[in-house]
Amino acid sequence: MKDPDQPRRLLKQMVMIRRFEEKCAELYQVEKIRGFLHLYIGEEAVATGVIDTLEAGDAVVATYREHGHALALGVEPGRILAEMYGKAEGVSMGRGGSMHLFDADTRLFGGNAIVGGGLPVAVGLALADKLKGNDRVTAVFFGEGAVAEGEFHESMNLAALWRLPVLFCCENNLYAMGTALNRAQTQMRITLKASAYEMPAWEVDGMDVLAVSQAATRAVESIRGGAGPHFLELRTYRFRAHSMFDPELYRDKDEVNKWKLRDPIETFRTMLEADAIVTSDEFAAIEAEVAVEIDAAVAFAEAGTLEPIHDLTRFVHSEEVAR
Amino acid sequence: MTVTEPRHATVTMTYREAVREGIRDAIASDDRVFLMGEDVGRYGGCYAVSKGLFDEFGDERIRDTPLSESGFVGAGIGAALGGMRPIVEVMTVNFALLALDQIVNTAALYLHMSGGQFNVPIVIRMVTGAGRQLGAQHSHSLEGWFAHVPGLKVVAPATIEDARWMLASALVDPDPVIIFEHAALYGSSGEVSADSGPVDINSARIRRRGDDVSIITHGGSLAKALTAADELDALGISTEVLDLRSLRPLDTAAILDTVAHTHRLVIVDEGWKSVGLSAEILARVSEDALWELDAPVMRVCAVEVPIPYAMHMEQAALPQVADIVAAVHKVLDR
Repeated sequence: MKDPDQPRRLLKQMVMIRRFEEKCAELYQVEKIRGFLHLYIGEEAVATGVIDTLEAGDAVVATYREHGHALALGVEPGRILAEMYGKAEGVSMGRGGSMHLFDADTRLFGGNAIVGGGLPVAVGLALADKLKGNDRVTAVFFGEGAVAEGEFHESMNLAALWRLPVLFCCENNLYAMGTALNRAQTQMRITLKASAYEMPAWEVDGMDVLAVSQAATRAVESIRGGAGPHFLELRTYRFRAHSMFDPELYRDKDEVNKWKLRDPIETFRTMLEADAIVTSDEFAAIEAEVAVEIDAAVAFAEAGTLEPIHDLTRFVHSEEVAR
Repeated sequence: MTVTEPRHATVTMTYREAVREGIRDAIASDDRVFLMGEDVGRYGGCYAVSKGLFDEFGDERIRDTPLSESGFVGAGIGAALGGMRPIVEVMTVNFALLALDQIVNTAALYLHMSGGQFNVPIVIRMVTGAGRQLGAQHSHSLEGWFAHVPGLKVVAPATIEDARWMLASALVDPDPVIIFEHAALYGSSGEVSADSGPVDINSARIRRRGDDVSIITHGGSLAKALTAADELDALGISTEVLDLRSLRPLDTAAILDTVAHTHRLVIVDEGWKSVGLSAEILARVSEDALWELDAPVMRVCAVEVPIPYAMHMEQAALPQVADIVAAVHKVLDR
């Protein structure tokens, strides 16, 4: 293997996302976090596997379920949590909240909470890269619900037509909020929709982080080589409710439990232990490291400050020309 | 009539040529600038604005798009976020309704939602207005909708001078600017300064000085207001005409100043009255200059119907010079 540290790195990243999201749920219960909160629990292998293949300078556009993507990009957990606390130390200074994490340093362009809304933006970021002649890639994440939006089709067509360096990552967790894919689409093979735009499109087991990583690596190499956009349908499942307000009337407990048997962290850990790549002691050490990082993130968010009200009208226009 | 006040050596050109020269300048002088939209390239622009630019600059910088308003406006936003300075032409405001998500939810919000990290330096040009018998779906005047949204800047060049030079200012602006070009103006011609460079795009401008009554208007209605002012002048009524130029931000000071000067006001807007731009101007006057008024304010706006096809009906639906003159008589009570 070219990258011997990768298995442990991927495992730790997924554990970090899982424990971070569990902490968010806990903080929501005690009303430290308010508004909408969408957890990534169950889907960790997707952001982890894809973003691990990206390089510095590549861009990511994500959805309102994007804590995992921000963490995988290396955005500080404390600044993400502070954002959800509405604190000035948050990544978006408390202006965005859970659904609108932005980070210029890692080129995370949201946190877009309009389903399908991020896709045209990703096309444009890639267009800029192509016009500038660099070899950056833009990865855009969206749920299978976005496939029903016009912006999905417009963006796929534009990216293909102009051979832009976009990696389309469809996080197919089977439900658009509460509407199952089979109640929203006649053609449920999503890759066929991408194929209609003449781009390579692969179905990937989104519960298997190595499968995700391998598919993404192949796609990103091809995109960087000038082959135009690629499409990954990452088949995954959300273990928790859509948001903290969702009573989950639309799916059976049995279905959820069946998917939990394929927990991306448990299956990967079991495999790595069986192959003696990561021992149970090492896994315990990972959990301990993550716990320390999350405690520090909570402490950072708690210690954060509130932006003064007199700054309310900042960031409507850029400050060098404002007033 | 004094539509423009050139400050430099002047040349004569049409509004269409003025917009084209602005685009040509911008593309020639800045590698980051490109024009993108439906039929802007090989066709030469639906209103022939970009005619010739495709041959001059090629298909990368004069980029034809499919009919995907949300897609290519969003792509313009993304390109702006990625360091480019796109000029996105939406053929008309009517079609821009298909791109509202990107304009309102993305372009206008990203700077704020990102805590100041991501400004969106995009310029979106679109045609607005009625009067050409194109039917209700091609005759909207919805610039007031866009002017409702914090985070956007909205300008309406009504003169050849502004058509020539506002684009340069919009491209310098780090935030999204929407330029509304009234369809009826493209063929008009006049003198324009040859080298004025970027002009202020935040302020209104008085196009005609007067003492008895003020008309506040913008875009395609300016010429009608000035014609009405000429007719009124012949009757001994001195009319001041304020061209808003910027619809967001509104130049409240200029609005209040002209009201304080003449004490009588007529607002002319090709949009509908209800919950519209004219209502906002009137609200600001009533908030801050009510006691300056010697008479109730009159509004001359489109009749509240979808704009019909038949010429006589369409013209009846739109503000006309005679309507403006009548409104002025009414606020003057003479």
